[in-house]
Amino acid sequence: MSTVQDSVTQPAAVAAPSKKSMTVGTTATLVLLALLVLTPLFVKNFIIFQMTMVLIYAIAILALNILTGGSGQFSLGQSAFYAVGAYTAGIMMEHMGVNYALTLPAAGIICFIFGFLFGFPALRLSGVYLALATFALAVAMPQLLKLGAFEHWTGGVQGLVITKPDAPFGLKMSQDMWLYYFTLFVSAVIYILAINLLRSRSGRALMAIRDNPIAASAMGVDLPMYKTLAFGISAAFTGIAGALGAIVVQFVAPDSFTIQLAIAIFLGMVVGGVGWLPGSLVGSAFIVFVPNVAEHISKGLSGAVFGVLLFVVIFLVPHGARQVAYMIEALFRKKSKS
Amino acid sequence: MELFTNQVLAGIATGAIYACMALAIVMIYQAIDHLNFAQGEMAMFSTFIAWQLMQWGLGFWPAFVLTLAISFAGGIVIERALFKPLTNAPILAQVAGFIALFAILNSVAGLTWDFTIKQFPSPFGSSGFLGSQLISTHQAGMIGVTLVLLILLFVFFRYTRIGLAMRAAASLPESARLVGINTSWMIALGWGMASAIGAIAGMLIAPVVFLEPNMMGGILLYGFAAAVLGGLTSPLGAVIGGFLVGVFENLVGTYIPGVGNELKLPIALALIIVVLVIKPSGLLGRAIVQRV
Repeated sequence: MSTVQDSVTQPAAVAAPSKKSMTVGTTATLVLLALLVLTPLFVKNFIIFQMTMVLIYAIAILALNILTGGSGQFSLGQSAFYAVGAYTAGIMMEHMGVNYALTLPAAGIICFIFGFLFGFPALRLSGVYLALATFALAVAMPQLLKLGAFEHWTGGVQGLVITKPDAPFGLKMSQDMWLYYFTLFVSAVIYILAINLLRSRSGRALMAIRDNPIAASAMGVDLPMYKTLAFGISAAFTGIAGALGAIVVQFVAPDSFTIQLAIAIFLGMVVGGVGWLPGSLVGSAFIVFVPNVAEHISKGLSGAVFGVLLFVVIFLVPHGARQVAYMIEALFRKKSKS
Repeated sequence: MELFTNQVLAGIATGAIYACMALAIVMIYQAIDHLNFAQGEMAMFSTFIAWQLMQWGLGFWPAFVLTLAISFAGGIVIERALFKPLTNAPILAQVAGFIALFAILNSVAGLTWDFTIKQFPSPFGSSGFLGSQLISTHQAGMIGVTLVLLILLFVFFRYTRIGLAMRAAASLPESARLVGINTSWMIALGWGMASAIGAIAGMLIAPVVFLEPNMMGGILLYGFAAAVLGGLTSPLGAVIGGFLVGVFENLVGTYIPGVGNELKLPIALALIIVVLVIKPSGLLGRAIVQRV
């Protein structure tokens, strides 16, 4: 029965923190937000593009965090939901001429339905079986996308090329920079939604399920309902990330959504700390920048570097960035006391 | 009718490979209650070792035996070095460990032997088996090797002291420890055996799918499907599951229009989900009853 609850021994960061840590946390948040808003003004377009990707993966990791950290189910198949979101955006923009901003809610809704439906069979599975079913989903997804029957819409193996949107209202801003701020806005909205969700009644129900499903159902929590709902919400956010990813990369193809992507998202969650939402950003920066550095040393090395670092994390700081954050916070507290 | 027989026999032959993978998965699942997501990559790595040995001039069978020994040792080393320290870690950390191993093996194989497709020789040849057109000697060989393997495992677990000790360690670790069984080493032994069984599967399938770092992706999924269908706790079930999945996959691919080769992986996915939903313990597995 041991699901992730063992890994979430420390009180979740979303549960009311002490007053002191609030100030440390708030300061950190404000500094980070200022950095996120100001940095693009001083760097090159390519770095802006990478920062955009960090934000996008952060949304995907956040989505997995809601599922795993919130309800204790875990998924190795997030790349499948990401793919559905990306294709929704691609097809709507290229075949239907829909505005890019409108594809995000559409991707969210479609992925919600998709995730909710997948959540039904997943209901009867726990722990390792769920990992297996979602793993299978991730492996099978590129094949499904290559299907001849949908080729007219999906472009088959070749995929779809998407036109990059310009900045609106005649703003004098490069496309990359505009998309960065657009993504930043969307991620901020999703982050706030996620925090409020986990603090709400439903969020508490999810955590009750994670910590003790039997006690939760005895208390009247509708287990199947909340578990599938968690899957749906997680899939919806992942789908929005996928749609944003498609718009920013300007390209969707089946082979961009392999098991490697699912592994990267999972890895980002572990590195950031399960159930700790701010960790999503740390994990995401990790999965975007580490492969770059590794590829720089030798082509094809990134997988090995990922793997080794993942072992380092689970051996040394099993709670990921969250553990580091707690250590730093404890340090601050000690200083202010003495 | 000939098409049907043909497809069934071909299905049984590929099913033999799925059966081997499923056996390897079940071995580790029995030992530590976890699915080894890196099983396919371990098998792929072993196959590359065999290929390398043959490049160095060894014949097939010496290379085969040497690879089994190396894989067995490698499996034990992986368990001792990486997974033993994680024994009491949360399930998430363990899954992360398997994923990490997956990424490392895949990447290192790509770096060492690059991603080009390589030929892998078949020890049995590819002519018709006993002059018939229905099945090739390689396919017959795959079936034969799997059956021999199954019998060996059966004898090992049923009639040897160490096999008995392994079963005891898997089903009741605490009591096994009380009667003096070193359960920790039994787990390592399970890893070694699973690694060697995976190597056999890899070396048998490599002549069919060709050798490259990503060759086991789909096969692992079928291995999972077979293991789930047969029941994750039953080695015999895994083998039966493997053959069933092989035949099922071939028949669906042949007779249901529009499926063809494209939909083969999604079939495995569907199969896994359907079995897990209808009968999670599989055909021969023990149902897990939890006391609350």
